[in-house]
Amino acid sequence: MDKFRMIFQFLQSNQESFMNGICGIMALASAQMYSAFDFNCPCLPHYNLAYGLGILLVPPLILFLLGFVLNNNISMLAEEWRRPQGQRGKDPAVLRYMFCSMAQRAMIAPVVWVSVTLLDGKCITCAFCTSVPVGALGNASHPGLSQREMKQVLARIPCKEIYNGQELIANEVAIRYLNCISQALGWCFVLLMTTLAFLVRSLRPCFTQAAFLKSRYWCHYIDIERKLFDETCAEHARSFAKVCIQQFFEGMSTDLAAARCHPPRKAPADVGEAAKKLLGITDRGTMNTALKSWHRCKPPLHLHPPILPSGNGWAGEGQPPTQPPAPRREMAAYYSRV
Amino acid sequence: MDRFRMIFQYFQSKSESVMNGICGLLALASVKMYTCFDFSCPCLPWYNMAYGLGIMFVPPIALFLCGLILNRQCLVMLDEWRRPQGRRKKDLAVIRYMCSSIMQRAMIAPVVWIVVTLLDGKCLICAFSSSMDPEKFVGFANTSLVQAQQLLAKVPCKDDELTRNNTSRKAVSRYLRCWSQALGWSILLILIVVAFLARWLRPCFDQATLLQARHWSNYIDMEQKIFEETCCEHSRLFAHKCILHFFQSMRQEIKLHSFNLPREGVGDEGEEDLLQGITDQDQVNKLLNMWYYEKPPL
Repeated sequence: MDKFRMIFQFLQSNQESFMNGICGIMALASAQMYSAFDFNCPCLPHYNLAYGLGILLVPPLILFLLGFVLNNNISMLAEEWRRPQGQRGKDPAVLRYMFCSMAQRAMIAPVVWVSVTLLDGKCITCAFCTSVPVGALGNASHPGLSQREMKQVLARIPCKEIYNGQELIANEVAIRYLNCISQALGWCFVLLMTTLAFLVRSLRPCFTQAAFLKSRYWCHYIDIERKLFDETCAEHARSFAKVCIQQFFEGMSTDLAAARCHPPRKAPADVGEAAKKLLGITDRGTMNTALKSWHRCKPPLHLHPPILPSGNGWAGEGQPPTQPPAPRREMAAYYSRV
Repeated sequence: MDRFRMIFQYFQSKSESVMNGICGLLALASVKMYTCFDFSCPCLPWYNMAYGLGIMFVPPIALFLCGLILNRQCLVMLDEWRRPQGRRKKDLAVIRYMCSSIMQRAMIAPVVWIVVTLLDGKCLICAFSSSMDPEKFVGFANTSLVQAQQLLAKVPCKDDELTRNNTSRKAVSRYLRCWSQALGWSILLILIVVAFLARWLRPCFDQATLLQARHWSNYIDMEQKIFEETCCEHSRLFAHKCILHFFQSMRQEIKLHSFNLPREGVGDEGEEDLLQGITDQDQVNKLLNMWYYEKPPL
């Protein structure tokens, strides 16, 4: 029990660090994904905007949802939200706390993606190259180009190899301009996000500290209760299985002994533990029968109380009188709830 | 109990080290961010100054806020500042001490960014190239004012067609870089001297108050950690009792409704205990259903 306690304490005290570690890993993964991604601007008038904005906004949405999926606590939140009230009231503050803390962690990777994208500049350059102010930066009075043709020329700005509008506006000038706007947007976004995070974190102690402490305690409680219940059920299942299998072997051994019309051999007194563990099955044929029986006809999920030593070895003794005596048929024991 | 004591001692001795470690990591992250950042000056008359100064000052603000967010002591200090007085008096000296130590740690990463920016020089060249006096440089002296402005704005861009191989561009660039690096090294020297003086002269002024403030700020930090640990331990015990009680009440209900009283056999006593009297598939299903539909009251 001591070991359990230490492990629980470690997990609990480090749960925050563990979740923060996962956040950090997701943020790094998102930055790595961006650098591994091969950005290919289509350099066509309407496709540029769709592609650029799509790369800017769709992966963050996916990362946000992934952040929720990878968070173990989402099932805890769903369970607590949907459970019937029963004898235990539901506290919406606890649900809100769980949701907020999960949402905050899930927001980190998308914010990193958007920041890295804006600071890199390729997306904005691709998306808005047709909106470059030609009048200010280039030669607007360049003759012979209709509006549509000019847009087509400007759309090729991100693709240096096929750009043919050098007289209209120099490629480097346009790219520098768009990069500058993109990086300014990126840094403003980063500043905005850090300011928001700072305000959320530091205004909380000023206003709702007591409510926060309560919500946090009960949120941890629900988590620990769920884990302890799972553990208790696992222990119960282990004991159930052990007793079930023991009773199966005992039943087999008794049946076989009865079928052969000789009493089960008593193990010599000095063999002790090992002989007891053999459960009366001591030859190949018996073992094979036991194994076949285990495969073809598993025992019902119903443990009968242990057989008293004064009994005559019938497996049927000791079962509740309302049940049929054969141990191998599935039994349904129903207890009505008052 | 020994283990508890070890864990708490670990937290105590390491709290400052953890904060210092985070500070160091943030400073390294700031240098790394600067080197990864692709600085591209727009080379346009009004945009240059905005871009250059923006890159020099906006990231430090973000880094400063990050430093405050990542510092756990900040929350402890705010908590102590805003708590109702109750039966424990508030000591403003402690709060001031905590505030100053938090600020000092949070300032390191922004200062590193600014110093690295200045020593590199690109920001200052970008921001102030348009503000140079064209008369001082041979290549720009004989051009009209507007043209000179345009050319000066293009100085940070080496590959622009107008300024490629232009020796005056290199002269302006070197001049600005020299100023930038001088400024960078001076700031670094001033900060180190100030830090040195602060650390050496501090014992001369009010050492007793400082020791008290440091002790109580550590105390408040430890108290909060221990409170959180105790709450965790408490909720674990609460949950344990709650679940045991639930299993026992199920067992009693089953006893009430069954005709079969579990006999005290010579079987595996330990296992029977663990089974809590629940020995049937339907009993288990019923237990799990009960757990879902009607959790026990707290």
